[in-house]
Amino acid sequence: MSATQTPPKADDTGLTSSRPHGRGDRVFRGIAVASGLVIMLALAGVFVFLAIEGLPAVSLDAGAYEPATSFLGYVGPLVFGTVLAALIALLVAVPFAIGIALFISHYAPRRLAAPVAYLIDLLAAVPSVVYGLWGGRELAKNIAGFQSWLHDWFGWLPFFAGPPSASGRTILTAGLVLAIMVLPITTAICREVFARTPRLNEEAALALGATRWEMVRYAVFPYARSGMISGVMLGLGRALGETMAVAMVLSASPIVTLNLISTENPATIASNIAVNYAESTPEQQALLIATGLVLFAFTFGVNFLARYVAGRSDRRMAK
Amino acid sequence: MAKSIDVSDLDIYYGDFLAVQGVSMTIRAKSVTAFIGPSGCGKSTFLRSLNRMHEVIPGARVEGKVVVDGQSLYDPSVDPVAVRRQIGMVFQRPNPFPTMSIYENVLAGNRLNSKKLKKSEADDIVERSLKGANLWNEVKDRLGKPGMGLSGGQQQRLCIARAIAVQPQVLLMDEPCSALDPISTSAIEDLIHELKSEYTIVIVTHNMQQAARVSDDTGFFNLKAAGQPGHLVEFNPTKKMFTSPDNEATEAYISGRFG
Repeated sequence: MSATQTPPKADDTGLTSSRPHGRGDRVFRGIAVASGLVIMLALAGVFVFLAIEGLPAVSLDAGAYEPATSFLGYVGPLVFGTVLAALIALLVAVPFAIGIALFISHYAPRRLAAPVAYLIDLLAAVPSVVYGLWGGRELAKNIAGFQSWLHDWFGWLPFFAGPPSASGRTILTAGLVLAIMVLPITTAICREVFARTPRLNEEAALALGATRWEMVRYAVFPYARSGMISGVMLGLGRALGETMAVAMVLSASPIVTLNLISTENPATIASNIAVNYAESTPEQQALLIATGLVLFAFTFGVNFLARYVAGRSDRRMAK
Repeated sequence: MAKSIDVSDLDIYYGDFLAVQGVSMTIRAKSVTAFIGPSGCGKSTFLRSLNRMHEVIPGARVEGKVVVDGQSLYDPSVDPVAVRRQIGMVFQRPNPFPTMSIYENVLAGNRLNSKKLKKSEADDIVERSLKGANLWNEVKDRLGKPGMGLSGGQQQRLCIARAIAVQPQVLLMDEPCSALDPISTSAIEDLIHELKSEYTIVIVTHNMQQAARVSDDTGFFNLKAAGQPGHLVEFNPTKKMFTSPDNEATEAYISGRFG
């Protein structure tokens, strides 16, 4: 009796296949789980490093926090400068990003949309040092006149109280440079979610007699909202953490002011670390690391808050 | 309010591709006109050309005439957006606006027409439209809830309510029951019967029993041959169509002897 004639075992019914298809599943699950764990470990590692190195610097002698007298006094203006620069960047970049993304996804003829999208993506490939050089040397020079114009006409606003900086190297200029750096990532994400609006939703609006813009408001924006928030958050992350461009544009002083165009500008946490780290005593280095910890926690908090806000509106609709 | 539609020698193109050729017909006011035919024969394309929705696809255009109540839809002075406000449409799959409540969904078209609505007027429109769509009793206690929370059949009736809320002259339906179960389908068919006292209704369907049940006139579309444009084979009163059609191909299709 040859092997082929043996009656089929239970395995051959097709329900319990002998094919080792479980292996591929296991391998991929392993890779996926490992990737997820590694990134969480890396994040935790960074946090632990910042905490161990930085925490002692929270309670030093008052003299170490020159020109302030306490840790909060030292880090406060830096947080303020960081947030101010990032806010300027977002205020400028987000409307542009949404406009460009809409143009690419819904308005431009296809022949034009692809090259424009490509060019915007290219902006992300420019190193931030180059943006810093350009911002500090070229943009600042050319924008100084505009800033004194702002002062002449809108000097009654605290933002433009002046006196305007002759060099143009102000927090406003830094914010504009940051805006250009934020633009590609925010645009790319908005473009993707806009383009993924279900055709059915768009047609629902169009069939009711919506113009293109009304269709965007009725169908595209509601659908894309949480994606747009993600895009803005990634942009904000970049703006908060950007170092070189800000350090090269600003001549900073540790002050808190809403005045965007004067010669006295608040530094950001990241640029402050970059400028001061190399020539500091170990004590000061610890202090700088502690400011890094503050930035880390702050960015984390902002992201969580945004997720929560975006999630809340989605959850409300899902009910 | 309901208007008749005269179509003469209509050719519909996507770019250089001729999708539908030489359609002429008269769609009577306050009646139900059904289009049947195999997939890809251009009946949906033709339906969408009746409110200029096919133009949403880049490169789509028509040659020929569509006249609604003496006004040519494709006259250069006519704004397609205005056409769509007059000629409503219901799609194959229900598509309420996902982030809007039932109430806001019904009013979406009225809001687009940008009139400021008083609360009482808005309430009236919502109630009238939902009653018109046979949905009022099912949703009147939860108008503030999202439209997506309804069942498929209810969502489709919500879309019909949304379409009739602006009191269109004509209501186009593109296979409105193809995603619904038999009970929901029957609810929609009953609704179509009621709506035709006020509206001119044009419906595309794959279901020949449905065409026979709901329509007064029927048009049979087919491809001339594989790769050829679609055309209107026969257009006749539904009774005649399903008992003694003029054309052999129609009879073959209706009796199921044909793909």
